[in-house]
Amino acid sequence: MAPLNGAKADGTIRVSVKRKMFPAVGDREPQLVLRDVEFEVAPRSFLVVTGPSGCGKSTLLNIIAGLDTDYEGAIDLGPAKDQMTFIFQTPRLLPWRTLYENIALVLPKGDPRHAEIPAMLERVGLGQAVNAYPEMLSLGMQRRAALARGFILEPEILLMDEPFVSLDDPTAASLRELLMELWHGHPTTVIFVTHDRSEAIQLGTRILRLAPGKASVVQDAVVNLTDTQRRDRTAVLAEQNRIFSS
Amino acid sequence: MAPVSTRISSAPRPLRAFGSNSTIERFAWMAGSLIVFGLFWQVLADILQNRYLPTPVAVFEVMLREARNGDLWKHTSATLWRVAVAFVISMFIGTAIGLALGKYKTADKFFDAWLILFLNLPALVTITLCYIWFGLNDTAAITAVALNKIPNVAVNMREGTRSLSKDLSEMAVMYRFGRWKTLRHVTVPQLAPFLAAAARSGLSLVWKIVLVVEAFGRSNGVGYRLAIAFQEFDVVTILAYALTFIFIVQLIEFVVLQPLQARVNAWRR
Repeated sequence: MAPLNGAKADGTIRVSVKRKMFPAVGDREPQLVLRDVEFEVAPRSFLVVTGPSGCGKSTLLNIIAGLDTDYEGAIDLGPAKDQMTFIFQTPRLLPWRTLYENIALVLPKGDPRHAEIPAMLERVGLGQAVNAYPEMLSLGMQRRAALARGFILEPEILLMDEPFVSLDDPTAASLRELLMELWHGHPTTVIFVTHDRSEAIQLGTRILRLAPGKASVVQDAVVNLTDTQRRDRTAVLAEQNRIFSS
Repeated sequence: MAPVSTRISSAPRPLRAFGSNSTIERFAWMAGSLIVFGLFWQVLADILQNRYLPTPVAVFEVMLREARNGDLWKHTSATLWRVAVAFVISMFIGTAIGLALGKYKTADKFFDAWLILFLNLPALVTITLCYIWFGLNDTAAITAVALNKIPNVAVNMREGTRSLSKDLSEMAVMYRFGRWKTLRHVTVPQLAPFLAAAARSGLSLVWKIVLVVEAFGRSNGVGYRLAIAFQEFDVVTILAYALTFIFIVQLIEFVVLQPLQARVNAWRR
């Protein structure tokens, strides 16, 4: 995790994964997951890493987050590395703490943002569930609570691993809308992993495609959509065809 | 939005509190079934008219007599004190061993055989050996009880530690919980059901072994009193002391352990 040479203190994230292997398990041979995956992420941009399952995108995110340290290469998160937040594929709320307590726990003691927790929960549509335990709520509601927990920190870097997977379409759509809204309220450098192409186009300012077998980046494209166009199905579909057909 | 935030802004409270309803109902069931048991006993004793099966009324009278002359309190308090000390020691040491074995695989592989050895060591063996090695004193008595209970707690807590969620510990790392917050809000709540189970099974095991220890080599306590009564074939006294202690243990179970378990499980659906 040593900083790369010539790193500027401008908030650019530099990722360089030379080699990432999965060790042999049982009969399976050791497997090369990522090779020479190198890219930079501009501050305040919304990068989507996409590709089919098994292409190594979640592994890449875990490496960037520092959860996986068994790889060759270097990650430089820049000066904001201590203000990084990870939103997991599953909500990972503490089931024995209420939603309020779950969010309060990520804030330091005496932090003035404690007072904002109810408003934040209200914002994600959980105003009535402030004192509920997570397991009393639906998965969609738990996901929203997990988003609120991530956003209350107003992170400089936000890593998200398929946070809307296995939700019904309307719920996922409203959560994406919410994410865009929150991102506009507090612009953050986002790295977002998904296998859903239309989600990738709708949210991202830049797309990075990984392919299984290649173990590397196969496409790096900029999404040319305005915020209004992102809410327009046909515009999203056209952009999706343009990027993914090339 | 305003009314909602004012309602919760001061002190957040869990939605569900364990209501008095379930407590009253539990108590009614317990009292009812005990009364039926007492009636059955009384009728059986009346029919048999045997001096080795006294009626519950006779037992109760002896209880009152022993309570008045101070013997009942003298012996039960001595036993209670030993139970408390042995219980606390076994829970502490057993939990520490269980956590270590659950966390470190090599230690677990090595000490697993020891654990099985101690789990299967008869209480009678540890008790006699402790008295022979350490003398007929309370240190030996409590050591013997603890040695019987520790492996039990350790096995329970080892299972608990093995089942700790990796997902949640990753979450705690990512959200910078730090050591203390992680222990208090992530680790301990996951271990709580295992602790509660170990405590409940522990209490009943510990008090039974304490009685044996007292019968063998102490000069006070319920176990000692039972041993004397046995020499005189004094069934009324045996029952009077046994029932008193069962009552106390049930009270602890009912007033302390069960509500505690209900509380740590309040978040479950």
